[in-house]
Amino acid sequence: MVVATIVPAREAGLRELLQSMNAQAGNADPGNPVLPFGAVETLHYARLVLIDDAMQADLKVCGITPAPIPTRLVLMGDCDGPAADCLAAIARVGEAGLRRLFGHCEDFEEGADVLAWMRAHDQPVAVNFICRLGRTVRRVREDHALWCALVARVPRGPLDTPGEAQRRCRALLDFVEAERRAGRLVLTDERPTPLAWQLANVLHLVALPALALLLAPLWLVALPFALLTLRRLEKTDPEWCPRPDPAALRALQGLEDFDVTNQFSAIGPVKPGWFRRLLVRAVLTAIQYTCRHIFHRGYLARVQTIHFARWVVLDDTARVFFASNYDGGHEAYMDDFINKVGWGLNLVFSNGVGWPRTSWLLFGGAKKEPDFKRYQRRHQIPTQVWYKAYPGLTLTDLERAGRIRDGLRGAARSEASALAWLRLI
Amino acid sequence: MTAPRVDLADIQGLLRYGYGHHTESVFLALRVRDRAAARAWLARAEVANAVPQASPPATVLQVALGAEGLAALGVADDITASFSPEFVAGMADPPERSRRLGDTGANDPAGWPWGTGARTAHVLLLLYALPGGLGAFEQAIQAQCATAFDLVARLPTVDMGGVEPFGFTDGISQPAVDWTDTRRMGEDKVLRYGNDVCLGEFVLGYRNEYGLYTDRPLLDPQRDPQALLARAEDQPDKADLGRNGSYLVLRQLEQDVTGFWRWVDAATQGDATERELLAAAMVGRTKSGEPLAGCGDRALNAFDFDADPDGLRCPLGAHVRRANPRTADMPAGTGGRVSQLVRTLGFDATARRHDLVASARLHRLLRRGREYRLAAEGREGLHFVALNANIARQFEFVQAAWIASAHFNGLSGEVDPLLGTRSTVAGCADAFSRPSDDCPNRRETGLPQFVTVRGGGYFFLPGLRALRYLMEGS
Repeated sequence: MVVATIVPAREAGLRELLQSMNAQAGNADPGNPVLPFGAVETLHYARLVLIDDAMQADLKVCGITPAPIPTRLVLMGDCDGPAADCLAAIARVGEAGLRRLFGHCEDFEEGADVLAWMRAHDQPVAVNFICRLGRTVRRVREDHALWCALVARVPRGPLDTPGEAQRRCRALLDFVEAERRAGRLVLTDERPTPLAWQLANVLHLVALPALALLLAPLWLVALPFALLTLRRLEKTDPEWCPRPDPAALRALQGLEDFDVTNQFSAIGPVKPGWFRRLLVRAVLTAIQYTCRHIFHRGYLARVQTIHFARWVVLDDTARVFFASNYDGGHEAYMDDFINKVGWGLNLVFSNGVGWPRTSWLLFGGAKKEPDFKRYQRRHQIPTQVWYKAYPGLTLTDLERAGRIRDGLRGAARSEASALAWLRLI
Repeated sequence: MTAPRVDLADIQGLLRYGYGHHTESVFLALRVRDRAAARAWLARAEVANAVPQASPPATVLQVALGAEGLAALGVADDITASFSPEFVAGMADPPERSRRLGDTGANDPAGWPWGTGARTAHVLLLLYALPGGLGAFEQAIQAQCATAFDLVARLPTVDMGGVEPFGFTDGISQPAVDWTDTRRMGEDKVLRYGNDVCLGEFVLGYRNEYGLYTDRPLLDPQRDPQALLARAEDQPDKADLGRNGSYLVLRQLEQDVTGFWRWVDAATQGDATERELLAAAMVGRTKSGEPLAGCGDRALNAFDFDADPDGLRCPLGAHVRRANPRTADMPAGTGGRVSQLVRTLGFDATARRHDLVASARLHRLLRRGREYRLAAEGREGLHFVALNANIARQFEFVQAAWIASAHFNGLSGEVDPLLGTRSTVAGCADAFSRPSDDCPNRRETGLPQFVTVRGGGYFFLPGLRALRYLMEGS
């Protein structure tokens, strides 16, 4: 995630430039001349967001007068393969535009090497949730094209004779083969996951628990004190969940529901004191571990509507930035949060200033519906430019098309598997 | 039994009764012309409360106020602003809200005969009467209102004997409201769908399905020197303007009955049996109201879809399944702690597949709609009326995430077969699919739009003390 400080005098100009990149409010034109996201073939989602310090004022409920933080420009994207490659691709297709964008930022000089400059301003991501690891943009597009081709063709009448499902299935498979030969359907063989990546991943899988085990004497001793501190803070930390400003709310809603997927960007200050800062770091590390090794197979606990999500720690753990791409409307998104993963939200966000009171880090908090909903909306910030590579498609579409594609192999093996495959279409 | 602290005398009767005996009714959408006269009339209006009567009253008047109406009636801006944001913005609120509700294309508020711009209703009067009594009652009310208000829309209704214009029995599904106000919900999951719903989901000022109090206008007591208002249960230092009130959602839904049956006939090539089957599949009930998911010999509303997770009996996209998917807090499974934890973490693949729809108990509506038929104009449909405490979480959620969503429950390219507008953010959504376990799913495409929104609004249905406070005390 590239984060750069804006020159205050140039903020208005930057906002105008960002707006010029959109086809509809907040929704990027994939071919916009500033940064043609659509030309980066590995890019699923991308956004440009201005982060101001409005929420810092909330620190007053903790008795702190915050120092002003300058407004920042954030560029982030969710891509296939190494992030460095994607950043390079972005620099390649949008060099001139990026110069214009970053020209509004401090320390960007006329002749600077854009890629090197972006690398220098790259902030580490604390948690990177990828709904289905390994599903590339190309694969999404190919699967969808396959599904579309089959939908119109599958014979939907009753199966009258034994073996009919297999016969229909084979006919469709032949059709797919013919379309491939004719070049009307492209189904690229997937490249195997690089061995080095797999090794590193296994190492990571083992190393973190091993480290935790190794340090067990330390944290086991610290645990009772930590729990005591946590409980004390949970009872005394101030709650601050006023209603969002109606105009701000309207501005946020004005960017939503142009597609089946929506974006969410939010920021807020971390509660003061070393304990909360340490805790938020520890929790994010644990979540990153589970996202990397467990939750990358199409779901995040019970939630099956989030394509990608990120947590980024800013300003020396003084603030946390969260960004996600989710299916459905915002109200449904919040309800999913409360009812399905309220406990997970509490883990992280209860370390944020004003969060509804939690108990034992998991309970309460987001479960306090009205407080949570006001808090969530109030901490949301407009995403000035948002790009999605496959408009109109939800995660359930992606999963279903993927299963259809996977079924090309072996669907015709038995009558039952053939029927199951036909019913997917 | 009602707990004594539920003050039925302060609650408008419509929250408790459908006024089924009152087969005659008309809704009057008004705009304030003379503020003082309007305030005086509203303060004195004989509004029926929810106290049980030995015999049904001859006539019933109910009063609801729009956000613009509050301003027109001289209610302080900050009080109006403290109502829910959806109510303040109003239903006809393009482009954001319209996009969300599917009020685009033919449903666009720009084409509504009433309910938008200068034809936004300030005040909604709902008049009910026993057979033969409406004419005189309405005449009297209209006469009383003549100087104070302008009539924006007169919405007559017709008694179709509980059958809506397409020919299906309507109004079967209603939540069982806990009028004792003893249902207490906490963080524990409800593992089986049930029809009982907390009073606070429909009446403001009481605990809701989260065990909490829905946001509502709470005032400093010095703004209520005569102590007209009750104190808030959860914040006794505040006067509760919302208490015993509710939000009323009204939508005029015009139904293209000829178009509907013509399309069904064409899709089934005139086969009489198939015709009924397809229409019932779209609704999710037979014409007589039997749920396709089956309810055995129990009541027509006593069922859920747990035994039919794949929509083999009742299609996933059927109207009644969208309007109320009858889901529990968790996907089906055993109640053991371990099993619950496995499902909570998403590790049970079958449970995940059946976990695409939110828990229904948080999204229930009390429906009080009435059919209409304007013979001279050849127009008919439903004046959809829903009562709820939280417009965003209840009406708008049901409408946006369930009815008008092209991706409800993992479906694709289809919205509510009866109610939906076919052009959505996801592109064209004019399909309707019927899953089957012994052949490929049947899928109809090219569904025309059968229902068009012709007007509507969000209203506050105040408690009677609140109404008096708004008209006299504020």
